[in-house]
Amino acid sequence: MRLIVCVKQVPESNDLKINENANRVLKDGVSTIINPFDQFVLEQAIKIKKEGDEIIAISIGDTETKSTLMRCLALGADRGILLEDEKFQGSDTFATSNILAAAIKKIGDYNIIFCGNSSFDTGTGQIGPELAAILDIPQVTFVESVENVENGMVKLKAQTDDGYKIIEAQLPLVIAGIPPSSFQSSIPPLPKILAARKKPFEVWKAEDIEGNKSKFGSEGSLIKIIKLYKPPKRDQGIIITDEPNTAVEKLIELLGKDKVI
Amino acid sequence: MTDYKDIWVFVEIKNADIRGVTFELLGKAKELAEKSDDKVCAVIIGKDGSRFCEALSYYDIDKLYLCENETLDDYLTETYTSLLIDLCKKYTPNILLFPATKIGRDLAPRIAATLETGLTADCIGLKIQDGNLVQTRSVYGGNYLVDIICPDRRPQITSVRPNVMEKSEPTEKNQPEIINFPLELDLNQLKTKVIEKIKTTTSDVKPIDEADIIVSGGRGIGSKENFEIIEELAEVLNAAVGASRASVDAGWVSKSCQVGQSGTVVCPNIYIACGISGTTQHLVGMKSSKIIIAINKDPNASIFEVCDYGIVGDFKVIVPLLTEAFRKKLSKY
Repeated sequence: MRLIVCVKQVPESNDLKINENANRVLKDGVSTIINPFDQFVLEQAIKIKKEGDEIIAISIGDTETKSTLMRCLALGADRGILLEDEKFQGSDTFATSNILAAAIKKIGDYNIIFCGNSSFDTGTGQIGPELAAILDIPQVTFVESVENVENGMVKLKAQTDDGYKIIEAQLPLVIAGIPPSSFQSSIPPLPKILAARKKPFEVWKAEDIEGNKSKFGSEGSLIKIIKLYKPPKRDQGIIITDEPNTAVEKLIELLGKDKVI
Repeated sequence: MTDYKDIWVFVEIKNADIRGVTFELLGKAKELAEKSDDKVCAVIIGKDGSRFCEALSYYDIDKLYLCENETLDDYLTETYTSLLIDLCKKYTPNILLFPATKIGRDLAPRIAATLETGLTADCIGLKIQDGNLVQTRSVYGGNYLVDIICPDRRPQITSVRPNVMEKSEPTEKNQPEIINFPLELDLNQLKTKVIEKIKTTTSDVKPIDEADIIVSGGRGIGSKENFEIIEELAEVLNAAVGASRASVDAGWVSKSCQVGQSGTVVCPNIYIACGISGTTQHLVGMKSSKIIIAINKDPNASIFEVCDYGIVGDFKVIVPLLTEAFRKKLSKY
């Protein structure tokens, strides 16, 4: 089986500065990590990998994004592909999905494509379903666990509003995964980090992948950000430090006065 | 683009009832329709969808697109996508509103990408400006907001965060035109199947994202037994029980109670955080609540930076006192 894991590099902290005139976040010098949900799906791929299977990690980004892919290789991916081109810049989720779909078609013979259910920075949660729509294959989102893969079928456990559902799906498909609360992401040990450097790693440009180039980057984007701004500030809260009985009395009084309860 | 008319609301059915967020979408749709030439329409997909037509005839809806079919009992991306794509192609809506629930967030991007149009997910604000729908959403862990438009493609598709928009109140009954729509999909071709449903909450509990009040407990609660203190306060306030990742992880409460980045994003009128320090993960999930009350023994806990009211103290002492005080207060009404 060929398992493809789409990963995104995100800022380690969302405490970012912006250029309000350009409606852009300033990312220079900001330390980055692999989107935590993407690491979770990578670990799901590693969990179901059998002998002869191949895990490919792909990401759209710049030279710096290589570090995220190297981490994927250290964690257990077999091959890394960085999609880097000026033509990819300014992509919305639709353009991003088109770039990923074109690269995935070029890789070919894929069985499962994994995405994180959403990213920690922009958090649209759109890539999985949009990618599946473009590739015209099924999708299952909010997946907490890949239970098993057998005879071209996969069994998945996905979150619902009031619990879970177990879904049986045919391959190929897109899985968008979200970790259970017990998930602890692993840290690759040094020998694996070193070994990762010897694994195949490629950089693909727009001309290296198939697909309609006018669907990439800002040209292929369908939505437009017209304003990026700080939300209105919350008023400073009232903190009560009295002994319990007085504190509760005060709170009840305040809530009544402010017509909260 | 002038061929694209009307604002459609996707009616989400849950446990044989209309999910509350639908009425918030209808309220917003009505407001948007006043600023455009559009009419409000609703799409009902389900096993026995027609039983909801009566209930929906009090909300100034012009047309009801109805697809009733035995196989539509469970939500399945494939069947719902097939229907909505056919509907959109035939009746060309200008705006399509989904709830930003697990179903809406699975379905909306699939529809948008298939129709090659833009989507903005999990919106907290919508308005019409120069013929475009301006969609506001929160990014970077709630540190920033963005206003987004889809200038060149139609329909404009949005998923809307539950509990943010004001609910539409029922008005005089009208007779929406009912347009029956068949499912034209060879069911033998389906590639996915729900083979089991596991409920971890009692069935009649409202989804946490629709709760008016949430009482939430974190790592500081310490044990499953102590969580009863939280549940008792929730009961008195008729509130939902929420939790941080730490308490779900510890097995004190079920996963569907989890508020935060890997749980549910909530926006209740009142959020009471007990023994929750306020990790970024958790704050992202509740920061937009209208009123936040925090109880924590650590005066430096980050939760106090976002709360409207805070008590520094041990929840084991404070919360029972609060429960008692609310019980007394609320029994007076």
